[in-house]
Amino acid sequence: MAEHAHKLEILRGLIKFKSNTQKIWGVLILLSIITIVEVVLGIYKPDVLMGQFLGMKILNWIFIILTIVKAYYITWDFMHMRDETKSLRRMVVWTAIFLICYLIFILLQEGGYVFDVYEDGYIKHNF
Amino acid sequence: MCDFNNQTLFMDTTVSTGTEGKTWGGGNQPLKASYGKMMMWFFIVSDALTFSGFLAAYGFSRFKFIDAWPIADEVFTHIPFYHEPAPMIYVAFMTFVLIMSSVTMVLAVDAGHHMKKSKVTFYMFLTIIGGLIFVGSQAWEWGTFIKGDYGAVQTKGGNILQFVDTDGHRVALRDFVVADDHKERVQNESKNGIWFQSEGSLPSYTMEEVINGLKSHDNVLVRTQILNEEGEKTVLTRAESLNQIQNNGKLVVEGANLHVNEYGSPLFADFFFFITGFHGFHVFSGVVINIIVFFNVILGTYERRGSYEMVEKVGLYWHFVDLVWVFVFTFFYLV
Repeated sequence: MAEHAHKLEILRGLIKFKSNTQKIWGVLILLSIITIVEVVLGIYKPDVLMGQFLGMKILNWIFIILTIVKAYYITWDFMHMRDETKSLRRMVVWTAIFLICYLIFILLQEGGYVFDVYEDGYIKHNF
Repeated sequence: MCDFNNQTLFMDTTVSTGTEGKTWGGGNQPLKASYGKMMMWFFIVSDALTFSGFLAAYGFSRFKFIDAWPIADEVFTHIPFYHEPAPMIYVAFMTFVLIMSSVTMVLAVDAGHHMKKSKVTFYMFLTIIGGLIFVGSQAWEWGTFIKGDYGAVQTKGGNILQFVDTDGHRVALRDFVVADDHKERVQNESKNGIWFQSEGSLPSYTMEEVINGLKSHDNVLVRTQILNEEGEKTVLTRAESLNQIQNNGKLVVEGANLHVNEYGSPLFADFFFFITGFHGFHVFSGVVINIIVFFNVILGTYERRGSYEMVEKVGLYWHFVDLVWVFVFTFFYLV
């Protein structure tokens, strides 16, 4: 069936799978490794990674990046986004990314501002 | 793909418009995806925005109280049948269950492409089991969270004061407070006189009993919510501890609900209930839809239709639920 042809490469062609089933198990192994790394880092919290970087701990940045990597593989390989047309992929992915980035920016910016008001201003607690 | 067959049939019976064969003549599939799959994708985009709204609102509240937010590792430390605190382990297990059920789902989709009915049935069954284990785990996690562990005191200003020993280990109320059996306050119910007022279940101890308990145990100190330089909660001196509890303590809090939360800011509990609840509801509806599709597979509906695309569509939804959990896991339990 031509319409169900799958692209069988991940990591920019670094790993090539022989069949779709094999690719699924490969992606599972990749996702499990990432989750294990996250859990181990979450339990031990190495001191090296507790420094601040762009307003957040380096460890937290690592968690967020690993999460986005996981999200990429779930969408691309489990939801077969890799096999969809470029236009469908862009329609779904860029719309979501743009709106989510905007939402995160305004809300976190505002949250930080309210914190500063409590910290430096005269209002202590009102809601 | 039968939608498009209908369309060609339809076109044969309509008046010729002179645009047949042109790009705008209709019947094109520029996205090479069926109507159902495309609509599932667009639903997923809008649902992703709903979840992002929740998570961004969580971020807002957290940034607002950035110096006093509860530490997730101290809140979610429980594993069924195991009584030592072990952060992360159980939620890591839940994550793994959900990823695993995603794998069986995508294997079912793959088997569907090859029209292998028995394999689709088997993998759909495993997916449903995975979903049920996950929802069950979440219910257990909610139960533990609501029941609480150590208990705390809420101040007049709404802050939470917890108790630790001199080594910094948490101390539960039951370890140093003695309930006075002689003067038990009766829970106010709407049937007793004041018809418009009733109250929730009373905490095990009164404020007075907590004060007496603290006075008689020299090794118990109060811990506030404020995070210090090392990112740990501030522990008060013995004198300050007594002062805070006696002058500011107002309410004994055990566990968490939408009003109070022994782990810290009530907003933390509110968002926990809202986000994991909304996600759990998605998992639950996913399980229900999976069961419907599972029976349709058994009955041979898709075999007769000549395509297992319905499995693919419910698969998209199921993977999306997994995708959301990956983010909830990060922002609630890790960061």
